[in-house]
Amino acid sequence: MTIVFNEETFRDDFTFRNSPVAIKRFPFPFHEDRYMYSVNIEPHVKTAPGSVYEHAFDVDEHYVAEMRDRELVLAEDPLRCQSLPHMELAGWDLLELIMTSKAEDYPDLFELYRDGDSWRWINRPLGIDDSFTFGDASTLPYGPMEYITRQTQGDFALLDQRDGNLWMDAGIVTTQADWSLDFDIGMNFFEWHGPVPLAHDMRVFERALKFLLNLQHGKPARRLNWTMTINPRLDTSPENYHKWGTDRATVTPENVGNLVHLRVELQTFWRLPRSNAIVFPIRCYLIKMDELVTVPKWAKRLHRVLKTLPPELIDYKGLSRYHGMTVEWLSRYDDGSPTSPGFFPDDWQDFQR
Amino acid sequence: MNRGEGKLSVVVDRVDTITPMIKRFSFRARDGGELPRFSGGAHVIVEMPDGEILRRNPYSLMSDPADPSRYAISVRRDEAGRGGSRFMHEKVREGMELTISMPVNMFPSDRRARKHLLLAGGIGITPFVPHILELAAAGAAFELHYNVRTREQGAYAEDLARRFGDRVHVYETDLGEGFDLDAILSDQPLGTHLYVCGPKGMITDVIGRASEFGWPGQNVHYEEFLAPQPGKPYQVELARSGITVEVASHQSLLEAIEAAGVDAPYLCRGGACGQCETAVVSCDGQILHNDHYLTDEEKASGEKIMVCVSRFEGRRLVIDR
Repeated sequence: MTIVFNEETFRDDFTFRNSPVAIKRFPFPFHEDRYMYSVNIEPHVKTAPGSVYEHAFDVDEHYVAEMRDRELVLAEDPLRCQSLPHMELAGWDLLELIMTSKAEDYPDLFELYRDGDSWRWINRPLGIDDSFTFGDASTLPYGPMEYITRQTQGDFALLDQRDGNLWMDAGIVTTQADWSLDFDIGMNFFEWHGPVPLAHDMRVFERALKFLLNLQHGKPARRLNWTMTINPRLDTSPENYHKWGTDRATVTPENVGNLVHLRVELQTFWRLPRSNAIVFPIRCYLIKMDELVTVPKWAKRLHRVLKTLPPELIDYKGLSRYHGMTVEWLSRYDDGSPTSPGFFPDDWQDFQR
Repeated sequence: MNRGEGKLSVVVDRVDTITPMIKRFSFRARDGGELPRFSGGAHVIVEMPDGEILRRNPYSLMSDPADPSRYAISVRRDEAGRGGSRFMHEKVREGMELTISMPVNMFPSDRRARKHLLLAGGIGITPFVPHILELAAAGAAFELHYNVRTREQGAYAEDLARRFGDRVHVYETDLGEGFDLDAILSDQPLGTHLYVCGPKGMITDVIGRASEFGWPGQNVHYEEFLAPQPGKPYQVELARSGITVEVASHQSLLEAIEAAGVDAPYLCRGGACGQCETAVVSCDGQILHNDHYLTDEEKASGEKIMVCVSRFEGRRLVIDR
């Protein structure tokens, strides 16, 4: 598969767009016409060739532009990337995981040559060809976590495991749905989750923590989470709220299709072998309503999901300002006919061929 | 490595008799490739096809984490045990193929520690071998105190002592030696983390004294694999599977469930990780909780059972499996 990388932006003129292929493989997060918060974790195994679940770390047409956007965010605010001193080994674990996965999954884009601790890494899309000593951070331009995540789509949290809990002791976060690494660094699993409406009652966090504490090397897991964003803006951080918060007031019934985006996070969970830490990549996918309704099943389903969304969740996800307008806009694409089960578009089989 | 497998095919590369009671087994990958990396303190579950029975026992890895070509474990022969260690000693030969789990670590070091104080007794030395190699490679401060009955049983410690000199202290208990716990615990720099692995009595003693000396609980780590205890045979009804299994006196409930062809989750098989926690549907009798995962309140409530090590005595037990 040859990927043509888009020339596009996630700020200012917002030229981000999805090709027809990118639309078809969008990780639509609703398998039925209603949504309720759940842990919904499943094994992160190779499934559905062509989908975002096929490879360990999905690389798509937005790769180069997303990496450029990350560079801009880090240049403005270096605190988006932090690693407490005891987490460097976990950074090497992550570098090894991503390099070996990408070189295997995308041999035409990435190459890795290893001779003991002497490594050579070639990243063709970004024009990188570096030789370094594995385990010696002085041989890289950045620490190992920062080096590899400047070349990998998605945010990353590195979680140290101790005292029967997980601690957010390192990470790089530039494409987040309104949370801050600088605020959360050093917090444990319960502290950084804080209150999520309707979730604590169901003890979902206790169950999720136990699952993660027993996560095994070689058995990664994944789940989807979602929210909505105005404009295809990756960096919706609390630090920059003054830049994007007001976007929500710009939505009108006429521009819903262009401005309102479904924002889906493909979250994966990996046990790292050398450090016993967990890495939690959070990969963000964006799709505007105009693009989403080109898949009739998704148009109908999203209309029904949003229409029946509990008020607490509308508020928690920050949709209050434009929720009504979006439901109204989507209603034009919902004839009330039944939708097929599952996430994928009805013509997914044809697409895979 | 393929995602999602969780098991490794290995060949027994070498078997060394360390003492009449202890054998060391070294494994390499069957496909000739590298074995997955692991961290000090990790264990693997070794599957032992012993006639009709498939035994699965956890053993700490004791090889160098920096060397992905081999794994090594040590097995102490336990005549009174349920047969796993006897199988390893009597049946396992060089060249044999075995299936082991991916490494799991429930006894990692805390990398924030200013110093690592390691206290070992007997076969409890095994997880500390990779710990020490890892700490030394990282330039971390550490100190090992090791109680062993005789010099010959302290084979591994001899090697460590040669390499790490005065950071390794070996005591022969048959000669009346032994580490001076109070002296060791009372004179450590702030930020020291304590790790203990050995016989139950030693672990209890160390934890108790550390607490009396005011060590913070988070700085004290221990690993104790509880072997499933034999007991009276009994029956258990598996509600979801709709079958009744017989648990023999030298079999664990988990093994009986597996022998009946029912898939059950597990990680440590030693009562520590919580993965095999199973809800009790009804219980007319007494659950013998042998794990150290459930809290005392949970044990008293009788609503959960850790099937890897716990047993039952009474008229009827129904569990959600």
